[in-house]
Amino acid sequence: MIKATLRRIAPQLAILALALALNFIVFPDFFSIRMQNGRLYGNLVDVLNRGAPTALLAIGMTLVIATRGIDLSVGAVMAIAGAVAALAVTSGHHWTAALGAGLLAGAVCGLWNGFLVAVLGIQPIVATLVLMVAGRGVAQLLTEGAILTFNDPGLSGLGSGAILALPTPVWIWVGVALAAGLLVRRTALGMLIEAVGVNERSARLAGVDSRALLIAVYLVAGLCAALAGVIVAGDIKGADANNAGLWMELDAILAVVIGGNSLLGGRFSIAASLLGALIIQSVNSAILLSGMPVEFNLVIKALLIIAILVIQSPKVKRAVYLLRASTGQPARETRPPAPRRPAEEGRT
Amino acid sequence: MIHRNTLRGLLLGAAMLTPASARAAGETIGFSQIGSESGWRAAETTVTRQSATERGYDLKFADAQQKQENQIRALRSFIAQGVDAILVAPVVATGWDEVLKEARDAEIPVVLLDRTVDAPDDLYLTAVTSDTVHEGVVAGDWLKEAVGDRACNIVELQGTTGSSPAIARKKGFEQSIASAPNLKITRSQTGDFTRAQGKVVMESFLKSEGGANICALYAHNDDMAVGAIQAIKEAGLKPGSDILVVSIDAVPDIHLAIAQGEANATVELTPDMAGPAFDALEAFWKDGTLPPKWIQTESRLYTSADDNQAVYEEKKGLGY
Amino acid sequence: MEQMAEPVLQATGVSKYFPGAIALDEVDLRLYPGEVHALLGENGAGKSTLIKCLTGAYARDGGAILLEGVEIDPRDPLDSQRLGIGTVYQEVNLLPNLTVAENLFLGRQPTRFGFVDHRRMKRDSARILAEYGLEIDPGRLLSSFSIAVQQIVAIARAVEMSGKVLILDEPTASLDREEVELMFSVVRRLTARGLAVVFITHFLDQVFALCDRATILRNGRVVGSRLLREAGQTEIVTLMLGRQLEAATRTPHEAEPGEVLLSFAGFGRRGAIEPFDMTIRSGEVVGLAGLLGSGRSETCAAIFGAAPADRGEARLRGLPVRLGDPREAVGHGLAFCPEDRKIDGIVGDLSVRENIVLALQARQGWAKPISRARAQEIAEGYVKALDIRLAHLDMPIRLLSGGNQQKALLARWLATEPALLILDEPTRGIDVGAHAEILNLIERLRARGMALLVASSEMEELVACAGRVIVLRDRRQVEELTGADISPDAIVRAIAGEEEAA
Repeated sequence: MIKATLRRIAPQLAILALALALNFIVFPDFFSIRMQNGRLYGNLVDVLNRGAPTALLAIGMTLVIATRGIDLSVGAVMAIAGAVAALAVTSGHHWTAALGAGLLAGAVCGLWNGFLVAVLGIQPIVATLVLMVAGRGVAQLLTEGAILTFNDPGLSGLGSGAILALPTPVWIWVGVALAAGLLVRRTALGMLIEAVGVNERSARLAGVDSRALLIAVYLVAGLCAALAGVIVAGDIKGADANNAGLWMELDAILAVVIGGNSLLGGRFSIAASLLGALIIQSVNSAILLSGMPVEFNLVIKALLIIAILVIQSPKVKRAVYLLRASTGQPARETRPPAPRRPAEEGRT
Repeated sequence: MIHRNTLRGLLLGAAMLTPASARAAGETIGFSQIGSESGWRAAETTVTRQSATERGYDLKFADAQQKQENQIRALRSFIAQGVDAILVAPVVATGWDEVLKEARDAEIPVVLLDRTVDAPDDLYLTAVTSDTVHEGVVAGDWLKEAVGDRACNIVELQGTTGSSPAIARKKGFEQSIASAPNLKITRSQTGDFTRAQGKVVMESFLKSEGGANICALYAHNDDMAVGAIQAIKEAGLKPGSDILVVSIDAVPDIHLAIAQGEANATVELTPDMAGPAFDALEAFWKDGTLPPKWIQTESRLYTSADDNQAVYEEKKGLGY
Repeated sequence: MEQMAEPVLQATGVSKYFPGAIALDEVDLRLYPGEVHALLGENGAGKSTLIKCLTGAYARDGGAILLEGVEIDPRDPLDSQRLGIGTVYQEVNLLPNLTVAENLFLGRQPTRFGFVDHRRMKRDSARILAEYGLEIDPGRLLSSFSIAVQQIVAIARAVEMSGKVLILDEPTASLDREEVELMFSVVRRLTARGLAVVFITHFLDQVFALCDRATILRNGRVVGSRLLREAGQTEIVTLMLGRQLEAATRTPHEAEPGEVLLSFAGFGRRGAIEPFDMTIRSGEVVGLAGLLGSGRSETCAAIFGAAPADRGEARLRGLPVRLGDPREAVGHGLAFCPEDRKIDGIVGDLSVRENIVLALQARQGWAKPISRARAQEIAEGYVKALDIRLAHLDMPIRLLSGGNQQKALLARWLATEPALLILDEPTRGIDVGAHAEILNLIERLRARGMALLVASSEMEELVACAGRVIVLRDRRQVEELTGADISPDAIVRAIAGEEEAA
């Protein structure tokens, strides 16, 4: 089981190593970590910390994409959840209540998406586009177009605090990832989600409750987005409805794709998507650390991502495989040592 | 002068419960606003409304929601209603000739707020805008004086790449510090005008340059500066003393930061574009005085010498 | 024909390996101009794999392919098409939303002044199709014609583009008798022009009606090549199966059925199946007979809740029961193997093991996962019991042959130990061997006290297994035959008699 997982995420691990090496090249001090004010301080920690929103979104997005769907609204849901949490805490509620309110907002958004997709049968890209557009407007209404600032140490601690020397967002996304991983792989959810993603009709006819599963994955995506939104708000001690989570849905989808998950649904790996999120964050980090003129930012990012996707393309993989095969390794690994001949006895 | 107007508007704003239309004696003015994409924009709307009420105008407000077609439609409707003047904050620079001609034919003066357009300047009365290059100059001049002769490495948080305020504010600042060889920009990255990105990029600056090697931060807007201040604090340094912070816009939160000693200076982009516009209109109505084609708003510098707590309290209610 | 010196296509020693299995083991095939060459074998014998190797859809692992004496190595189906090998599949792979003419000329449209010359395209299309005996308007959408016409358009396109070898992969599987005749006449015209045709089908009578020669594969090897005018049907079947075919017909069981399991009153669905009354007892096989579109499949779908009934009531062991969706039906111990395995049955990318435990897992709920070890045990048990041929349980089910997929689906439902098993066309697209095995299985399950509802278009099949046959016509149950009254003739008479009456 563990061996299979490792084999699945090996390409992503290799690319992450390359991306980190790139950081090292542009900034040799990249790997240095020291303690400062009782917390770990260094670029590597930043990658883990700044990758938190994308990582959280990627968890939910992986599940949604596994069902052959997509959720374009996660960025807007981040803005809504951040606004709701900020509003709750500025109107005097405890930060835990504010967090709860933010998560509830995310859950409502997720259920709305799930309803449109699973019950009304609207195509996911269209259904979630509704909330992508309207959601940010809702967030702006909540904050009245301004950045809604707060000073609650509890809520801002979610975004900028530290527990046992590690930034809180790192704990949160790792925790959510483990919980999600256990939830889908220790129960039958993962397999059922994959079944729905591969062939919903067949799965439904086999008695799988595809409707409930679809609603559930959009719900999880909404909750993950809400958590990311609260973290981002906590980080800057304010809910910025105009900018929070802007275009983050695209980073989340990219993380899932870099993670080698098919946009056509089916087999998925949350771990690989998380590595995808870290790869994206490493690329961002390398761009910042390189000190290149800002006009190059997007071009460099695009080139790096194209390179990553090319490395992962089936043709290149096959070429690598053939290259390995031609350099001394057994030319045909697929040939079985003792192939089965089931009907040998039947020959007349 | 302009500033006093703003303050008066603010003070009156609180008591402003009577609707504008109640003072029917005044002129009718149509105002086509871009939308409410930023806090500053919201404040501009608030201040314009307050200022109009105070002067006894009937202000017809139209929110274009970032679409030029909505603005043109609003202008045509203002013209049809026969308003006495039109204020427009144009969402884009081109495509205005026709509707502006219609306004001229109807003899309705048009004042451009905050941005200009690519149209012959006889099609509008005047344009009230801030000089964004000058804002950068003011910020740079302050830093030169604050630093004096010692060497100072500056990190710069740029606005959204390619946007005109980012280009102009960078240009003005560089012009100003060009005369001071001891000031040097060592890192410059975009923070997309947002608080979150300002914080992320500052974190990276602090690590790649080393916090001790950064003498000052210049941010193209206050939001990025506020984010960066948090990053500086989290790195164990004191913003405002270990690292000087100067930025532009003068939104309420930066006044608070200056009051708390965490930021040092900000250059105001006044939300009161309407005040000078109304002044020009009144002179024009009175005896046909033609204002200059460009009325530049004051780029006022706020430092710790001002009562920032008071300014914060005043500005808080403007919708920033 | 064997005297003709030069084969147009000659494959020697073609091999193909899949992880854990040899799909093709040094297969030879000679194809002469002007002949129809049948490629025969059970499901999983390697027919499709051989075709895919010939057309370049698979990269072969060994062997050589000579076309008119020149060695070729097609990289993909397009490449082989350019070289002269055209292929037509059971599922028409043209574009239904384009016109017939556009489909014929797609990718090589005649142009005039740089623009597509639509008029010439239509004129040429009409001329070409006339050669195939089709007098249709090529300007109409492809989808407006029957599958048979679409098949012939596909053949015409393949021949026009390739012109040396035509491979027909189960082209007749979804055609009725007249359409099959039309198809045959087209093939005969082509061979008369010197074209070589490879014909793959499960219908032995069609093989003998059309083909000149047959090459028989078993387990990835060629076990024989025969001139059909010299060979007997038994010989061919023996070669295919490697054993003598068991008697295909069997006297229906005599045993008394048990308790009433399910009963329906006024049960129906608007636009699908007229309200009907029916009872199904434990330990009996009820057959559903009728022409295509008579309501066979619709009855199955209504009972299972796949297209739920909107009127009438159902009782399970005497108590009213709701069958609103498949999940409810599964919860009540119903199971359903649908007609279209690929669309409604298998979950292609999931492993065979996961496919087998899917229904059981769905019924248990997500919170009670079936452990991997338990799943392995269940799957292995059924692989053995049903003789499912596969390399390993981790392979995606879509890689299995049709018959083995069907058995895996049966395993999926048997794992839930259903009280009623509904089978819609259980033997469609399945070779003779698996066919007999499935009929045997039906009898074994019945003997164990299971109730079975079998919908089939093959009357012999119903005669062989059902204790009671309900005949449908025009979405209505018209007659019920029991015991000794059940015979193909009786069923046909029931359908036809009603037709006259109506």
